[in-house]
Amino acid sequence: MAAGGWSWFRALALGVSFLKCLLIPTYHSTDFEVHRNWLAITHNLPLSRWYYEATSEWTLDYPPFFAWFEYALSHIAKYFDPKMLVIENLNYASPATVFFQRFSVIFTDVLFIYAVRECCRCVNGKRAAKDILEKPTFILAVLLLWNFGLLIVDHIHFQYNGFLFGLMLLSVARLCQRRYLEGALLFAVLLHFKHIYLYVAPAYGIYLLRSYCFTASNADGSVKWRSFSFLRITLLGLIVCLISALSLGPFIVLGQLPQVISRLFPFKRGLCHAYWAPNFWALYSAVDKALTVVGLKYNFLDPTKIPKASMTGGLVQEFQHTVLPSVTPLATLICSFISILPSVFCLWFKPQGPRGFLQCLVLCALSSFMFGWHVHEKAILLAILPLSLLSVQRAKDAGIYLILTTTGHFSLFPLLFTAPELPIKILLMLLFSVYSFSSLKSLYRKEKPLLSWLETIYLIHLVPLEIFCEIVFPLTPWKLRFPFIPLLLTSVYCALGITYVWLKLYVSVLLERTSIRQKAE
Amino acid sequence: MEKWTLMTITVLLALTVRWTVSLGSYSGAGKPPMYGDYEAQRHWQEVTYNLPIRQWYFNTSDNNLLYWGLDYPPLTAYHSFLCAYVAKLINPDWIALHTSRGYESQSHKLFMRTTVFVADLLIYIPAVILYCCSLKETSTKKKVSSALCILLYPGLILIDHGHFQYNSVSLGFALWGVLCLSYDWDLLGSVAFCLALNYKQMELYHSLPFFCYLLGKCFKKGLKGKGLLLLIKLAGTVVASFAVCWLPFCTDVEQIMQVLRRLFPIDRGLFEDKVANIWCSLSVLIKIKNVISPQTQLKLSFAVTFLSLLPTCIKLTVQPSLRGFKLALVSCALSFFLFSFQVHEKSILLVSVPVCLIINEIPFMATWFLLVSTFSMLPLLLKDGLLLAYAVTMLAFLSACVASFAIFEKTSAKDLQLKPFSLSLRGYITWFKPFPKIVRNLFLLSVTLMGVLSVMSAAMHPPQRFPDLFPVSVSSISCLHFLFFLVYFNVIILWDSKNSRNQKKVS
Repeated sequence: MAAGGWSWFRALALGVSFLKCLLIPTYHSTDFEVHRNWLAITHNLPLSRWYYEATSEWTLDYPPFFAWFEYALSHIAKYFDPKMLVIENLNYASPATVFFQRFSVIFTDVLFIYAVRECCRCVNGKRAAKDILEKPTFILAVLLLWNFGLLIVDHIHFQYNGFLFGLMLLSVARLCQRRYLEGALLFAVLLHFKHIYLYVAPAYGIYLLRSYCFTASNADGSVKWRSFSFLRITLLGLIVCLISALSLGPFIVLGQLPQVISRLFPFKRGLCHAYWAPNFWALYSAVDKALTVVGLKYNFLDPTKIPKASMTGGLVQEFQHTVLPSVTPLATLICSFISILPSVFCLWFKPQGPRGFLQCLVLCALSSFMFGWHVHEKAILLAILPLSLLSVQRAKDAGIYLILTTTGHFSLFPLLFTAPELPIKILLMLLFSVYSFSSLKSLYRKEKPLLSWLETIYLIHLVPLEIFCEIVFPLTPWKLRFPFIPLLLTSVYCALGITYVWLKLYVSVLLERTSIRQKAE
Repeated sequence: MEKWTLMTITVLLALTVRWTVSLGSYSGAGKPPMYGDYEAQRHWQEVTYNLPIRQWYFNTSDNNLLYWGLDYPPLTAYHSFLCAYVAKLINPDWIALHTSRGYESQSHKLFMRTTVFVADLLIYIPAVILYCCSLKETSTKKKVSSALCILLYPGLILIDHGHFQYNSVSLGFALWGVLCLSYDWDLLGSVAFCLALNYKQMELYHSLPFFCYLLGKCFKKGLKGKGLLLLIKLAGTVVASFAVCWLPFCTDVEQIMQVLRRLFPIDRGLFEDKVANIWCSLSVLIKIKNVISPQTQLKLSFAVTFLSLLPTCIKLTVQPSLRGFKLALVSCALSFFLFSFQVHEKSILLVSVPVCLIINEIPFMATWFLLVSTFSMLPLLLKDGLLLAYAVTMLAFLSACVASFAIFEKTSAKDLQLKPFSLSLRGYITWFKPFPKIVRNLFLLSVTLMGVLSVMSAAMHPPQRFPDLFPVSVSSISCLHFLFFLVYFNVIILWDSKNSRNQKKVS
């Protein structure tokens, strides 16, 4: 660990890349087949058929830039194994295909690594300790590069989140460096790669409007309406329109926009994903389930009127709640919108520079995770990664970060359910948790403890929960009758933690605002 | 951060790497009729569980010794028995007599991999961690980085968790022996070493340094007083631990003789396959096996081995020091590997583990040796389908060593511990200035050569006239490296004296 320069960063990046290579032979989920199918679709069909092709059930449901990305990959893929590019070759996974697809993820992660480096440069070195291991930049680099969630979702489960988060972090870094136009451009591109990032778009929009389009603020921090720059907003608008035109333009010309939109936003899918994401709706459904059981036992409910669809059967489909009112997509949309509003207001009324932006970004991500329609448990990474940036700068955020990462990562455990991957997920999780806890603790050793005793107890109980779900439960006779119990327990328990984090972060952001405002007055 | 947090992270990282490697293929996967070492281990579980101890090492109708008969000492057999017991609880088919031959399934692989993982975790890894913590005059960071590099050594990971063997058990016991000796717990150390020896007879490679070091220690204390007492105690301990290990076989002299015959199969020839030792490399030029009679081969190899061991052993007996002991472990094991009879390519691990012990003293040479040693097993690893794991763990190990020891800046004569040697040569040749640069370039050349050969053996078909071209060149090149390392280690052992180390401290 040479002292000066960035050699430690190179070592960290290399190390994690080697680990990713070692994960190549691990289990991969149906997402592997999804991406193989997209390679085949984009390679063989003309643009006009991309969003109509439906040989495989895994139709193209990402925005056009991602399709173009797959198109580019497919031209390298043909040198590895041309058979993977045949659309009818469903579930094709020859060793060469696996190697190519896995390696493409590892390779595109270079962008993520670069973005992490840029983010590390944005973190001020005020706390610069002599020991490199205790510098905030070093800790941040490890927390991002070695992030457990990203490792297992991308390199075991199989997805391309690495370079997408790379784009996001890069745009965040650019905004922090006051290179607003670049940041906006990167984010616009990102939106056309994967539209899940729409969740955090309000934070970007308001921040750019407030800090870039308005060139000055009043002394008390409120907006100076006269400083509005038309040139700047025109530039921003141009960038966004240009990128959108590049991406959606061809489909508008072909008159396929409605088809593309219907593919991108499949409201036909159920409220909860196959595995319940640990959000508000998981708690809601769990309460509903509990009420059903109680109701049936005491004959408040008529068993014949109960809908058959089991919520945790593992199928993605529409589903009716039994006791509580069923939730419609519109309701979730309204809930998400309302929950995002306060954070956006905070960002507007007293901008705090990059810090406030990041807080708002995390809150947007968390709020939409809490109330969104058909949320994937993987979406929690959208909150975890930006929060890492905050965690190395303030003790309060570090405490929140620790609870969020631990519960959020734990909720990803059901993604990997095969026996050979069990030790990997436990070892990697321990690795990441031991590191994040000890490093942040040593970073803030002069301040009060990061976690209260209640939070500590909550986190410690994840261990018996895991032991019960993975080891004890399969041995019990309930395994056949109630196979969904481990999933239910995991998501409900994690939902408690994540709801708590969401509230705590919101409260801390809102209170911080008033206290500063009082001071200013 | 705390030392123990860092050590925990190191161990978790090492375990992760081990488990990911173990997801790969193993020796003899899906290759009837003989399969490979994986089937051998499974077969031993079958034999030890189903047959009475009296029959374990004998050829009977239930125990065909030609099909992977037990040829390791009793502790291996007991270990197999223990694993078989667990296997029986999970799935009796895995160890059913006769019918389970060649059994392969995903869950069985998982079980076998877990047994290696557990053995490694319980024996080898704690020994490494405690050893690194016991290093004197080193910072916490250096201790942790030594532990990281030792635990990431690719050779042992690939052979144990990829190819499938339990080397970490015997090597771990040997490490416990070294650890105890470094704390002056001589009796405990000799018990640990006896366990190692009774797990794999190849541990004999390490026996002479243990013997000479302890003997030298007795001499130093004076053979008439305390020394004699220590010697008697040591002898008693060794005899007692052997007796305990061999107890079930002590019913009959014939039993013991049969086990010994199984352990030392003299009729199997000077060498097998392609080994990076001197005999195999020489036979590229002269077909030794055809020219000399087997009896003479045996005598020749014995004589050469003995001669090459002699200087180190005498030096260690006369001046027993912990440092000398570790270096002697390296050089003696290397001599055995290069010159002795019936050597396997995997035996290089017996040299590598002692080299790991000096990685914080001579990081440059240790890294170089450890890379070469893994490279020498390339043909075996390719046969097992471990190319990806080989490439990745090698690169990871190299970068770990570069990152934690800055090895390229430690190539001066002093860093290579060659100062006393160069001083004694001053009268004859002038010790030239660009020495560090030359050494560095040699290293880079050697690494490039290994890389190119690895790529060629993995990707290219050998010319039809020389089907063994790549394995032979791999073993010859490794052998040349090993000879160079043997000379190097002998030089630093023989020129190492207390004076020179005192000088170093003063300067």
